[in-house]
Amino acid sequence: MSEAMLRAEAVHKSFGRLEVLKGISLEVKPREVMCLLGPSGSGKSTFLRCINHLEKIDAGRLYVDGELVGYRQQGDKLYELKDKEVAMKRTEIGMVFQRFNLFPHMTALENVVEAPMHVKGTPRQAAVQRAVEMLDRVGLADKLQSYPSQLSGGQQQRVAIARALAMDPKLMLFDEPTSALDPELVGDVLDVMRGLARDGMTMVVVTHEIGFAREAGDTVVFMDDGLVVETGAPRAVFENPKHERTRSFLSKVL
Amino acid sequence: MTSTQVSESGTPAGRPEAIKAVPVRHPGRWVAAAIVAIVAVALIRSVATNPRFEWDIVRQYFTSSQVMHGLLVTIELTAISMVIGIVLGVILAVMRLSPNPLVAGASWLYIWLFRGTPLLVQLLFWNFISALYPKIALGIPFGPSFFDVSANSLITPFVAAILGLGLNEGAYMAEIVRAGIISVDEGQTEAAHALGMTRLKTMRRIVLPQAMRVIIPPTGNEAISMLKNTSLVSVIAYTELLYSVQLIYAANYKQIPLLIVASIWYLIVTTILSIGQYFIERRFSRGSGRGRPVPLAERMRRNLFFARYANRGAGGAP
Repeated sequence: MSEAMLRAEAVHKSFGRLEVLKGISLEVKPREVMCLLGPSGSGKSTFLRCINHLEKIDAGRLYVDGELVGYRQQGDKLYELKDKEVAMKRTEIGMVFQRFNLFPHMTALENVVEAPMHVKGTPRQAAVQRAVEMLDRVGLADKLQSYPSQLSGGQQQRVAIARALAMDPKLMLFDEPTSALDPELVGDVLDVMRGLARDGMTMVVVTHEIGFAREAGDTVVFMDDGLVVETGAPRAVFENPKHERTRSFLSKVL
Repeated sequence: MTSTQVSESGTPAGRPEAIKAVPVRHPGRWVAAAIVAIVAVALIRSVATNPRFEWDIVRQYFTSSQVMHGLLVTIELTAISMVIGIVLGVILAVMRLSPNPLVAGASWLYIWLFRGTPLLVQLLFWNFISALYPKIALGIPFGPSFFDVSANSLITPFVAAILGLGLNEGAYMAEIVRAGIISVDEGQTEAAHALGMTRLKTMRRIVLPQAMRVIIPPTGNEAISMLKNTSLVSVIAYTELLYSVQLIYAANYKQIPLLIVASIWYLIVTTILSIGQYFIERRFSRGSGRGRPVPLAERMRRNLFFARYANRGAGGAP
């Protein structure tokens, strides 16, 4: 499988008159971990949200596992996908949010079985068994019956990761997963993500955790002002940035 | 910081002496309590001793068959109208939030019309609908009709009452449901979408259950208001609780005791509804640390004493 898991070709996105993405092109191979870095407002999160069509792109093409995101191409005509078809595609892409977005009216276990049962139609018993496995994997086997409000931020985020994993995604998107956490809780979440990376999950991670990007990332992409400024292996980008903008950003965060 | 400094420089052995001070006196409170007590005693005495309350008449009619029938009709009207109101409210709220401006506009117009006119007037309108549309037909718009009936036989006082109360309630419930829906964080919708849920499923499984927490308390209030608003139906001569006692006192001229009979029954049903609301609320507050329901006694006190009757601009029933 040499086909890219994610391919972006000149992706553009505007909110009203503000152009947020000005032509993003990149490729993520299967089992690759790509970290997106850049100052706030550079369009990293927007780009991530475009990948599972939470935002519609205005120009360019996005492919996940070889398939166009949000549209179907027949000849040279594009057809918008129906709500149901978009939803179907999203089951293959897991997403983890900065603010966790766990369902507060459900326990940790219910959060994790919700989508397998009600989207994929997995029988309850199988879904529960798998959910317990996933929660165990993120180190929360003892919190199955806890409601989100009874969990710390770090625990909530790990439940959110388990919830995404329970759908067996091909690709995981992380939108600043540790930015809303107290510093002492960041480590647990990053440990889980490192584990995922080691197990060969394809991941796109928007993050400010340089340490994580350096050791777990295969590729680092530095974005600024809606454009990819620099791409490369973490070592190369961090130790020997080619662009002035990368250098000044890194000097502020390192 | 300061406490450690004090203990370092002050008494040598650990914990300082517990504070013993003369408490502030509140003579005003005693005066107020005395006034309240005097007024209360005077009130109870007058209620108990004023023979014109005619408590024996109250007792005599309290469970009479006419009153019981009226009570059942009142409960029936309340229940049916609330169901219509809630279903309509959910539909109107979802319409109001629709991206289609025509759909959203229609919902807005409905709410504007039904909230903007007095319930009493709406009830009278439904009662006199046959003057406006003598015949009601089912058929293809602008085309042939399959059958028609005279409005007088279709819109009985019961149907007029249900339409008046239910359609009016729909407008209020729409705003309550909409407030509930928009109170749910947008991240919830996004997370559900990201997991592959369709818009409909997201609404049903994620948004509405959470919106319930916001929707239930005012809906309980609505049910209680509705119970009391059914008394307006007496103007279209439909024998619910109030009209039942009106019929009785029209014959025996015992207005006061019979109005007391009706009031006591309204209080009893309101109390039962308050208890029901408490338990439903507790059910839907799962998973939230805050927003635990107000204790039962407190809730009942509120529902009993802060009626919204006058706010509806409904005027008084005759």
